[in-house]
Amino acid sequence: MGSVGAKDVPVLLSPEGLRIDGRRVNELRPIKITAGALKHADGSAFVEWGANKVMAAVYGPREVHPRHLQQNTKAVIQCKYNMAAFSVDERKRPGLDRRSQEISKVIAEAFDSVVFAEEFPRTSIDIYIEVLQANAGTRCAGLVAASVALADAGIPMADLLPAVAVGKAGGAIILDLKKEEDNFGEADLPMALVPQSGRLVLLQMEGHMTREELATALDLGVQGCRGIYEVMKQALRDRYAVAPAEASA
Amino acid sequence: MKPGPGTYRVGGRVYASVLGLLSRHPPLVQVVPLSGRYIPKPNDVVLGTVTDVQGTFWLLDIGAPRWAPLHMTGTPWKIEIGETDQYLRVGDSVVVRVENLDPTGRIGVTMLGEGLGKLEGGSIVNVAPARVPRVVGRGGSMIQTITRRTGAQVAVGQNGRVWVNGDPEAIHRVREALRMISEEGQRTGLTERVDSYLRATGRSGEQGLEEPPNESARRDAPAAPYASSPPSEGSDEEHDGNADGWHDEND
Amino acid sequence: MSDEVTAEILTTHILDLAGQGKRLDGRGTDDYRKVSIEPGFVVTADGSALVRIGDTAVLAGIKLEPGKPFADTPNAGVLTTNAELIPLSSPTFEPGPPQPGAIEVSRVVDRAIRAAETIDLTRLCVTPGEKSWVCYVDIHVLDHGGNLIDAALLAGVAALTHATVPAKRFEVGDADYPLEVLHTPVECTFVRLGEAIVVDPTFDEERACQGRLTVATDETGRIVAMQKGLVGAFSPDDVKSTVERAFQHGDRMRAMIRGGAG
Repeated sequence: MGSVGAKDVPVLLSPEGLRIDGRRVNELRPIKITAGALKHADGSAFVEWGANKVMAAVYGPREVHPRHLQQNTKAVIQCKYNMAAFSVDERKRPGLDRRSQEISKVIAEAFDSVVFAEEFPRTSIDIYIEVLQANAGTRCAGLVAASVALADAGIPMADLLPAVAVGKAGGAIILDLKKEEDNFGEADLPMALVPQSGRLVLLQMEGHMTREELATALDLGVQGCRGIYEVMKQALRDRYAVAPAEASA
Repeated sequence: MKPGPGTYRVGGRVYASVLGLLSRHPPLVQVVPLSGRYIPKPNDVVLGTVTDVQGTFWLLDIGAPRWAPLHMTGTPWKIEIGETDQYLRVGDSVVVRVENLDPTGRIGVTMLGEGLGKLEGGSIVNVAPARVPRVVGRGGSMIQTITRRTGAQVAVGQNGRVWVNGDPEAIHRVREALRMISEEGQRTGLTERVDSYLRATGRSGEQGLEEPPNESARRDAPAAPYASSPPSEGSDEEHDGNADGWHDEND
Repeated sequence: MSDEVTAEILTTHILDLAGQGKRLDGRGTDDYRKVSIEPGFVVTADGSALVRIGDTAVLAGIKLEPGKPFADTPNAGVLTTNAELIPLSSPTFEPGPPQPGAIEVSRVVDRAIRAAETIDLTRLCVTPGEKSWVCYVDIHVLDHGGNLIDAALLAGVAALTHATVPAKRFEVGDADYPLEVLHTPVECTFVRLGEAIVVDPTFDEERACQGRLTVATDETGRIVAMQKGLVGAFSPDDVKSTVERAFQHGDRMRAMIRGGAG
């Protein structure tokens, strides 16, 4: 909250190689995923990741509205990423902005790359992502939430989509940037991985890094995604698990 | 292993494509979904709600990805073009059978056949389509328990929509039993728990009785005309019992 | 899809039950579903609360920023209430600009907060005519299981009750301080189902109803806002009896807001 008027760049990496919150360069923030967090969506998930809180809901496959978006051979995948007005330090004015529209587009396309949309021609799969509390990496948190929500909605797809941002701060390549590292760092590189194929279906970069740094960053990101993948699978197991203790109750 | 429903194959390996329970029937491997909308299959009997009326057909919401058109020739009525709204209106509930599915996703349904038609009275309860085999139970055991203990008439659509008819108390107890099945469908001993709930909530005169007094009269009631045969994958004994949809199998 | 249809059979069943003083989920005509209030759900907000009424979930967040007072009220701060019925929360909501339903929720909640003098707007004035706090009450519906108005106001008032004025962050003062809340309005919504008037309607009951009536009360015995909505009618005697019921439920929920717990 000290960003207003703050000119001092915080020390992002200590001489011992520790980050401002004590993490090592390859460490994720704590992540907790609740599958099926909402009652009225076909699928949903709530992700608490560091200081991010993101809710995602999936509706569909269902009839397409507006109808002119209907595609004859596959489901149209629509995504709306939105930030609540109170999710950031400076109140965000409600409504569409260019950043949210761009993020919505690249997330929809990432899912279009893994969802078996051709099984549901002329329908729509609608993904809604609401950022309730933001602290860097909300598009990745939103993507992870939406991916678990899609699985919870029973949508067929090649795989879950773990996502994470890698970046450069204090001269080092670091995994899973938090707000100060995002604000004062040198680069931010969000990505989403298809673990089954090892390919990336979302990749953006802001800032600058060398070829060598990029190679390191990609490795680190893939590694981070594989860790998140396990948390995502566990969230889905927990939702549908048989509770042995209660089984005899 | 041969990839069955709910799976796909890449480079000699079979992967799950939906969240569900792994089921191996060598050489076939499949994943039975735990969630999701109703995916129609030919001959499924389903409950639908009229969402739109056109000159020669109605559109039904059957909980599927698309609305299902019911053409006027698929009804027992002799209808003139433009008179469709005199027979079924928006909000009416019907029991129909899935007749055909075409590659464009169109779901053809018919109301011609035994047990099909417009529903009158009673109430409607929705359960997840993946829970339908549990609502019906092995050999219809669950649904028979429910109808026997409540005296209600119950019809289960394959799409998870359940029509319940009877006195308000009976409908309420069926609703609660269905809620239990929805929430506890993965656990064993469910039929016994539902049975003991229904016995405990029976009218005071019935409490502790092995059979409700009106049992014999109810035997003739159409217990579950639309849920005659649960699909074979419905029983959990055939599954490994883990919910790990992203488990891969070597070919 | 805004054109999701409720089965007529279900509507008829709901009305039949109401005629016998019963409801689909087993409640009596004057029972609320389980209410819970979770303050401080969002740390980026200056105050927040997640409210659940049954399977309805609403999140409210407060933001305070320095701004300019309106010309006609130079000695007062500015209060703005905005409710978003986002499509995440219901298959019946569409993306796009606010629909009339969302605007109605915003305005009914805003009227109750304002008329009850929940916060003393003159206390939000920094320099008369030049600088004052702008207090935003942003309400996000997350799960729509009916009775959004009651949940929205409950969330908004609970969020205000636990809010902090960020004076230090905006260099308006030396330290942040708690927002002073003078009164605690609570809205109670009823729907007519035949001759019965039931409190805290579910989504299906709202679809089946013949009129909705919302009564906002405060702890001093004042009625601070009312709204008749949806198609249907109420007699003056209906209105009087719902007001009495609204005070009883209101007092119970006011205790929950102050306690800040479910």
